Amino acid sequence: MTPENRAAYWKSNLRLLAVLLIIWFVVSYGLGIILVEPLNAFHLGGYPLGFWFAQQGSIYVFLVLIFVYAVSMNRLDKKFDVDEQ
Amino acid sequence: MSNLDIWTYAIVGTTFALYIGIAIWARAATTGEFYVAGKGVHPVANGMATAADWMSAASFISMAGLIAFEGYGASVFLMGWTGGYVLLALLLAPYLRKFGKFTVPEFIGDRYYSQTARIVAVICLILASITYVIGQMKGIGVAFSRFLETSYEMGLYIGMGIVAVYAVLGGMKGITYTQIAQYVVLIFAYTIPAIFISLALTGVPLPQIGLGGNYAPGDGTVTLLGKLDQVVTDLGFREYTTAVMGSSLNMFVYTLSLMIGTAGLPHVIIRFFTVPKVADARYSAGWALVFIAILYTTAPAVGAMARLNLIDTIQVGEVGSPEGNLLYEERPEWFKKWETTGLLQFEDKNDDGRIQYYDDTNEAFAEKAETFGWKGNEMVKVDRDIMVLANPEIAGLPNWVIALVVAGGLAAALSTAAGLLLAISSAISHDLLKGVFMKGISEKSELRAGRISMVGAILVAGYLGLNPPGFAAGTVAIAFGLAASSIFPALMMGIFMKKMNNAGAIAGMLSGISVTLLYVFQHKGIFFVPGTSFLMPELGMGPDWFFGISPNAFGAVGALVNFIVAFAVAKVTAPPPEHIQHLVEDVRVPRGSADAVADH
Repeated sequence: MTPENRAAYWKSNLRLLAVLLIIWFVVSYGLGIILVEPLNAFHLGGYPLGFWFAQQGSIYVFLVLIFVYAVSMNRLDKKFDVDEQ
Repeated sequence: MSNLDIWTYAIVGTTFALYIGIAIWARAATTGEFYVAGKGVHPVANGMATAADWMSAASFISMAGLIAFEGYGASVFLMGWTGGYVLLALLLAPYLRKFGKFTVPEFIGDRYYSQTARIVAVICLILASITYVIGQMKGIGVAFSRFLETSYEMGLYIGMGIVAVYAVLGGMKGITYTQIAQYVVLIFAYTIPAIFISLALTGVPLPQIGLGGNYAPGDGTVTLLGKLDQVVTDLGFREYTTAVMGSSLNMFVYTLSLMIGTAGLPHVIIRFFTVPKVADARYSAGWALVFIAILYTTAPAVGAMARLNLIDTIQVGEVGSPEGNLLYEERPEWFKKWETTGLLQFEDKNDDGRIQYYDDTNEAFAEKAETFGWKGNEMVKVDRDIMVLANPEIAGLPNWVIALVVAGGLAAALSTAAGLLLAISSAISHDLLKGVFMKGISEKSELRAGRISMVGAILVAGYLGLNPPGFAAGTVAIAFGLAASSIFPALMMGIFMKKMNNAGAIAGMLSGISVTLLYVFQHKGIFFVPGTSFLMPELGMGPDWFFGISPNAFGAVGALVNFIVAFAVAKVTAPPPEHIQHLVEDVRVPRGSADAVADH
């Protein structure tokens, strides 16, 4: 594996991490804590929306984030030919 | 013996026999099996075991109780203890698996080419893990004291004995398979009563939906959460869905501290050394979170519904009406049983023979209460940690469900205590003895040293558990703070910053954990010994003096200090040698991962 190839692989990895971590932050800290009051004006069933994000929604999003990461990284490994054989 | 006692003994007895049977069947024979289960564990199985390892007495027994009383504010636990898995999966797990070693201090020692770094990591790990075990001991003590109808202290001693037998025998291989069984027990024990109660209160079986549903016993037009908000504010308590814990800033920092701590706790990280491949390590974290989320999305419903049922039991009629409160003489059976444990206490302040439960710290409402002839909150002690165990009784569920919950609580506490004790013992026997002080030690002696250190850790944690620094979940939160401020930054910089050197990492870990410990000890006493706290209000250091941040939440601040100090020190000291920088490059690429090796 060439050093350039290695650097490109790492860069793609970091880009993926940045996107996923921004979503991670926005859903929990953003919607669940910082913006909770304005969001509580809306409802999801009987849940005030901000409350729902803090106690339910953020957990579902975390789950999706990890599986998206696992699938994308395994694909990235194959593309750069660094996967385990 | 009552019908409930028979059920409890039968279910607790059967599940324990199952765990011990599995532990003996899968007994560890080699150090490899003792520490990492010989690496042959499927990601789904590993995820389930990780979930059991992870969900402790804090999650099972304590968390819903805190949610019940803190409402929205307790969201910090829900987000903090799940969001950390995102950090773990994205930032640490695959790389640590590629590195292929047995323990967290081993990685830190090798990456920072320094025995000192390894020893510092061991100390941080032991401090965090012991604090964590104290939290478990509190949970085990509560469960046993109720189950055997004895005092909390006695329950704690019995729990210590059982943990000792169980963890010392097994090792990681036994623990992994037992934990799968424990997960199954604890998740049924948690969800079955939740489904019953959700059905009764909302007509919806799924608690996650029920919590957002309508309150069925009413006229069906008011939502469950709306009803709860109204019931609690009628008694002077803060509104359930909006009550913050401390302040928004405190909640932010608290959540961050728990998330970073999750990704820095050695007994969880060690799990990702046990999967066959790097790709599996990524999925494993996801599977673990699936199994954790089943409980964590149920907990908010358990908490809210328990609070509603508790108040309904005590406040039987209109607030302020003469017959509105339950007669103490007519208190239900569960009330009496929890009174014998000392964790629930009633004091008839106005001698009317009835129970008044309201927020007497709310001045406006306390004044109004006086006009009813109330002389203060008479539920002088309601230990939050009893709520989950008492919940099915309060809701009047069948005895077998109540017995199942006791078994589930014990499964949660035991599985985590065992995982933590294993992390402590491997840090001492593998990192300190074999790695540093007695390099020629035989495999047999290493195993023996590991088991002896487990017993030592149980004794220390049990002793400190007699006066725990808070509810189980609060105590565990402190453990997370310690891990967050020391181990996580060192691991993360080790992977993502090629230029981070030994001096930077050591200075970072030491300063991070020191500020956190200082702040915690200042509030909670030195090593949590009562009477040794040293707050100095005259110097502007009253409770939560640092921007209103509570000691349980301080780990995130410690982590920030760790990062800053590490950067600064690394800038002015020599960069790491060439071969270490190659090592980091190698860790970043999955190909070429091999099984972990004990010797290097």
